[in-house]
Amino acid sequence: MKSLIRQHRTSRFWNAVVPFLFLFCAVAVPSAWADGPQSTPSILAPASTPAHSIYNLSLFVLAITGGIFVVVAGLLAFAIIRYRERKTDDASEPVQIYGSVQVELAWTVIPILIVVVLFLTTARIIFAIQDAPEPKSALDVTVVGHQFWWEFRYPKLGIVTANELHVPVSKATYLHLLSADVDHSFWVPQLGGKTDLIPNHPNQMWIQPDHTGLYLGQCAQFCGVEHAKMLLRVYVDSPEQFADWVKDEQQPGVQDPQVAQGRQIFETHACTNCHAIAGTAAVGTFGPDLTHLASRATIASGAALNTPANLRDWIKDPDQFKPGALMPAMQLSDAEIDQLVAYLSTLH
Amino acid sequence: MADQTLPIAGSLDVTPQRSTGSVLLEWLHEWVVTVDHKRLGILYIVYGIVFLLVAGAEAIAIRIQLAVPHNHFLSPELFNEMFTMHGTTMVFLVGMTILFGFANYLVPLMIGARDMAFPRLNAFSFWMTAFGGLLLYYSFIGGFGLYGMGAAPDVTWWAYAPLTAKAFSPGHATDYWALSLIVAGFGTLGTAINIVATTLCLRCRGMSLMRMPLFVWLMLVTSGLTLITITPLTAAQIMLVIDRYLGGHFFDTQAGGSAVVWMHFFWIFGHPEVYVLVLPAFGVASEVIPVFSRKAIFGYPAMVAASVGIAFVSLGVWAHHMFTVGMTSVGNTFFVLSTMLVGIPTSLKIFNWLATIWGGKIRFSVPMLFALAFVFQFLLAGLTGIMLSAAPWDWQLHNSYFVIAHFHYVLVGAIVFNIFAAIYYWYPKMTGRMLNETLGKWHFWLFLIGFHVTFDTMHFVGILGMPRSIYTYEPDRGWNQLNFIISVGGIIQGIAVLIFAWNLVHSYFRGKAAGNDPWDAWTLEWATPSPPPGYNFATDPMVYSRRPLWDLKHPEDPDWKYE
Amino acid sequence: MSAIPVSSVLEPWDLPSRGRVGMLSLIIGESAIFTIFVVAYVFYIGKSLTGPTPQQVLDIPIFNTICLLSSSVTIWLSEREIERGRIRRFAAWWAVTITLGIIFIVGTGIEWHKLIYVDGLTIRSSLFGTTFYSLVGLHATHVVVGLVMLGLVLLFTLTGHINVHHSERIQVLALYWHFVDAVWVVVFTVVYIIGR
Repeated sequence: MKSLIRQHRTSRFWNAVVPFLFLFCAVAVPSAWADGPQSTPSILAPASTPAHSIYNLSLFVLAITGGIFVVVAGLLAFAIIRYRERKTDDASEPVQIYGSVQVELAWTVIPILIVVVLFLTTARIIFAIQDAPEPKSALDVTVVGHQFWWEFRYPKLGIVTANELHVPVSKATYLHLLSADVDHSFWVPQLGGKTDLIPNHPNQMWIQPDHTGLYLGQCAQFCGVEHAKMLLRVYVDSPEQFADWVKDEQQPGVQDPQVAQGRQIFETHACTNCHAIAGTAAVGTFGPDLTHLASRATIASGAALNTPANLRDWIKDPDQFKPGALMPAMQLSDAEIDQLVAYLSTLH
Repeated sequence: MADQTLPIAGSLDVTPQRSTGSVLLEWLHEWVVTVDHKRLGILYIVYGIVFLLVAGAEAIAIRIQLAVPHNHFLSPELFNEMFTMHGTTMVFLVGMTILFGFANYLVPLMIGARDMAFPRLNAFSFWMTAFGGLLLYYSFIGGFGLYGMGAAPDVTWWAYAPLTAKAFSPGHATDYWALSLIVAGFGTLGTAINIVATTLCLRCRGMSLMRMPLFVWLMLVTSGLTLITITPLTAAQIMLVIDRYLGGHFFDTQAGGSAVVWMHFFWIFGHPEVYVLVLPAFGVASEVIPVFSRKAIFGYPAMVAASVGIAFVSLGVWAHHMFTVGMTSVGNTFFVLSTMLVGIPTSLKIFNWLATIWGGKIRFSVPMLFALAFVFQFLLAGLTGIMLSAAPWDWQLHNSYFVIAHFHYVLVGAIVFNIFAAIYYWYPKMTGRMLNETLGKWHFWLFLIGFHVTFDTMHFVGILGMPRSIYTYEPDRGWNQLNFIISVGGIIQGIAVLIFAWNLVHSYFRGKAAGNDPWDAWTLEWATPSPPPGYNFATDPMVYSRRPLWDLKHPEDPDWKYE
Repeated sequence: MSAIPVSSVLEPWDLPSRGRVGMLSLIIGESAIFTIFVVAYVFYIGKSLTGPTPQQVLDIPIFNTICLLSSSVTIWLSEREIERGRIRRFAAWWAVTITLGIIFIVGTGIEWHKLIYVDGLTIRSSLFGTTFYSLVGLHATHVVVGLVMLGLVLLFTLTGHINVHHSERIQVLALYWHFVDAVWVVVFTVVYIIGR
C-alpha cells in the first residue's frame, strides 16, 4: 500500500509538470528557428505582418494561461499529495467545510479581471488586422476556391493562374476570397490567419510578407473527397523577381512549332471544355488555367511534382494522384499523351 | 438484474420445468417492454458502451491511416466516412446515451422517487434513440453496399452547406446523417422532458431544490439546456432535407440562400451541445470527489449558480466556431467576450473541487483516480479553450489539429474519464458486484498514458500547421514523427478500453458482492439494496439535508445544522 | 434519532404537477424549433432572386386568424366546464374548438391552393416559397396534431369515458393548444405583417 502511494505521488507530480513542459517546448523550440520560410508551416514562425501580430498575441495569452496552469495545477498536485489518506490515519472523517464567502468571492473576481485584460488585448488585435485600411500600393488578388484547386486572378495586371501564388515582399497583398462551389479556407500559417471562401459570401484578408521564399499551406475547410490534396504554394518574390514573373504571366501561351501536334491535340479534344491557354482556342474556366503550366513546380494543386512523367500519369488517370478529383481520365492513346505532354512542357 | 428474474436458489421449486429457450425469451421480452428507469438506464449505458467500442475502432482506423504520410490503409472516401461517423457516433450515440442513461438510472433514486415522471415516454425515448443509431449505421450497407464503403455520412459531423446539397453530395450519405439524427433527437427531447418533470415534481419530502445532489442539479440544468439545444439541430436538419428532397433553397447559395446561415444554426446547436455533454460529467465529479475526499462539496450554492450560469452563457458563444467566416470585427469581438466569460463559472467549479479535496482524506480508489485526472485535464482543456477564444489566434488554430486536441481533451479527458469514474462508482449499485480493482487500475494508467501521448502531442502538430479532416499529409511538412506518436497513443487507449470491457463482463459474474453502500457514501441511492428492487424505496424517504446518509451515520454532527 | 428536527414533518410538501411541467418543457423545446424557422424567414426576407413577392401574392388571413384565436377562448371555456364536472357543456365547447381549428386548416389549404396554382409559388420556386411553406407548414402540422388529440378526447367524451377527474389532463392538452395559437400570432406577424 505504501509503495502504491509513493508511485501515485511521483506520477501525480509528473502528470502535472509534463504537459507544461510540452507546451513550453512547443514554443521555445520552433521559435529558435531562423526567420523566413521553412517547409514546416508553423504558426510559431511568422513571416508576415498579420502573422506577427497574431504570434505576439499568442505569446501573451500563453503566458497568462501558463501562469494559471502552474498555480492551479500546482495547488491540485499539492492537495492530492498532502491530503491523501494514510495507513496510520484513524477512521474519523476530516473536518467538514461547506464553503467560504471570502474565498469564493476572490476566485470569482480574479478570473473576471483576467478575462477583462485578455479581452481588451484580443479586441485590439482583431480591429488592427480586420479593419486595417487597404493601402493604395497594395496588390489585389482574387482567389477563387474550387473543388480541389485554387484559381488566382490579378485583375489589374490581367493575369490568371492557378495553385501557385506569387506576391511581392514587403508590400501588402489583399486577397479577395470567392468560391465556385463549396466552402474552402485559405491557410498559409506563416503568412497569416486563415479566412474561409464561401460561395456567394465574398471575404477579404491581407498579408504583408517580410522575407522572400516559398511558403506552404493548404485548404483548411473540408470541401469534399480530395480536400487533403488542395495544397497551397505561395512564392514571396523580390521586386525584380515579381516584375519578371508578371511579365511572363502576361504573355500568351508559348507557341513552339515543334510541339504543334500536341497543341492540336489539346485544342481539338475535350481539354478545352475545362482549361484555358491564352492565345489558343481554349477558354474553359472549370479547371485551372494552363497558360504557364510549365512554370509551376507542382501539378494537381500540389498533389504531384510537375515532371513529364507525372504529367503523363495525371492526364492518363488522375485517380492515381487524387482519387475523386473532378478531372476525368481523358481516354487518349499513349502516343497522343506523349505529344500533349511535350506541348504542355513548353508552356513556361 | 441478478435477483429479479431468476428463481431464488434453495427455495421450493413449484414452477413447472421450462426450457432455456423460453426463459431466455421471457428475459429478453422483459427488457424490451420495460418502463423501469433502472433498466432503461442500463440499456442506454450498454448501448453507449457498444458504440464506444465501434467509434473507438473508427478512431483506430483513422490513426492507422495517419500514422505515416501518404498511407493507403483507407481510401479518401472511406477515411472521410470514418471521421464523420466517429464524431457523429461519439457525440450522439456514446456521450448522450451514456450520460442520459446514468441520469435515468440515478435521478429517481437520488431524489427518493419510485420512477421517472413519465415511464412510458422514457421507454419510447430510449427506443427512438436506439433506432436512430441503427439507422445511422445501416448507411454502411446502403449505397454501393458494404464492400463499396456503403453510403455512410462523409461530410464531417457538422455537415456544412453547400457541400451537403444534392449537387455536391448526390448519394444518400447526407440523408442518413440528417434523418437518423432527427429520429434520435426526438428520443433525446423526450428524455430531457422526463428529467425536468421528474426533478421538479417527484422529489421526496424535505428535498428542496437546494438539497438535491449536485448530479441531479446538473441533470436538471442539462435537460433544460437540451430542450433548446437539440431542437435547433432538428430544425436545421429539416431544412436540409427540404432542400435536398423538396427543392428548397434554405442553403442554396445560387438562389439567395446562405451557407453561413447553416453554420449559425448548426453551432447554435453545436456549442451548447458540448455543454450538454460536459455538465453531466461535472455532476459525476461532484458526487465522486466528495465521497473519496471524505468531505462535503465545497460551496454547493455556488456550484448550482455556476452550472446555471454556464448553461445560460453557453447559449451566446456559438460563433466562436465561425471566427474565420468573415463576420465583422464587432461580431467577432462580441463572441470573444462571451466565450471568455463562460470560463469564469467554469473555473469556479474547478476551484470548488480543489477546495473539496483540500483538507480531506483522499482514497485513491479507481473512481477517484479517474475523477482526479479529470480535474487536471479539464483545467488544461479550459485553458486551450481560452487560447482558441482569442479570435486572431483562432484564425491560425481553427480547423487545425490544435482544435481537435482541445476538444478531445474535453470530450475524452473530461467527459470519458468521468464516464469511467461513474461506471466504476455505480456499477456495484447496478449489478450488486464490485468491478475488479486491479483491472481498473490497469485500465486507468494505460488509458491515462495513451490519452496524454495522443492528445498532448496533437496540440503541437496543429501548431505546426496541420489542418483537420485530411486523409493524408505531405511528408515534407515536419508532421511525420508526431503523427506516428499520436497513433501509438491511440493503440494504447484501445488496449485500455478492451481491458475495461473485459472487466465489465468478468466482474458481472465473478465480482465481489457489493452490498448497499460499498463506498461509504451519502446520497439516497446508497440506502437501497444493490441492485435496488423495482420500487426503489420500501417507504418514501424523508430528508433534512443534502447528505441524508451522512446525517444517519453521524447523528452527532448532522449536515442540517450547517446548511 | 433525537437529532432529527420534528418540525419538517408538519410542513406541506407541494410540488408542481408533472403533466404541466412536462407539457411546458415540450412547449419550450418546440418554441426553439419555431424560433429557428422564424429567424430563417426573417433573415431571408427580400433575398429571393425570382418569383412572386409576398406583397404580390399574400392576402392577410383575417378570418382564419380570428377562428384560430377564438378557439383558444372556446377551449378555455371548455376547461372551466370540465373542472365543474359539466361534461355535456365541456363537450360542446370542445367540439366548437375543433370546428374552429378545422376551419383554420381548411382556410390554409385554400390559401395554398391559390398560391400554388394561381400564383405559381411553390416550395421550390423561390427562396420566399421555401421559407413560407416551411414556416406556415410547420405550424399547420402542429395544428393538425393538436386536432387529432382534441378529436380523440371528443371521441372518449362522446363514449362516456371522460369525467371531472380528467380535468387536469384536459388542461395539459389545452396548454398545447394555447401554444399553437401563440405561435400563430408570431407567424402571422412575421409573415403577413413584417414580411409584406
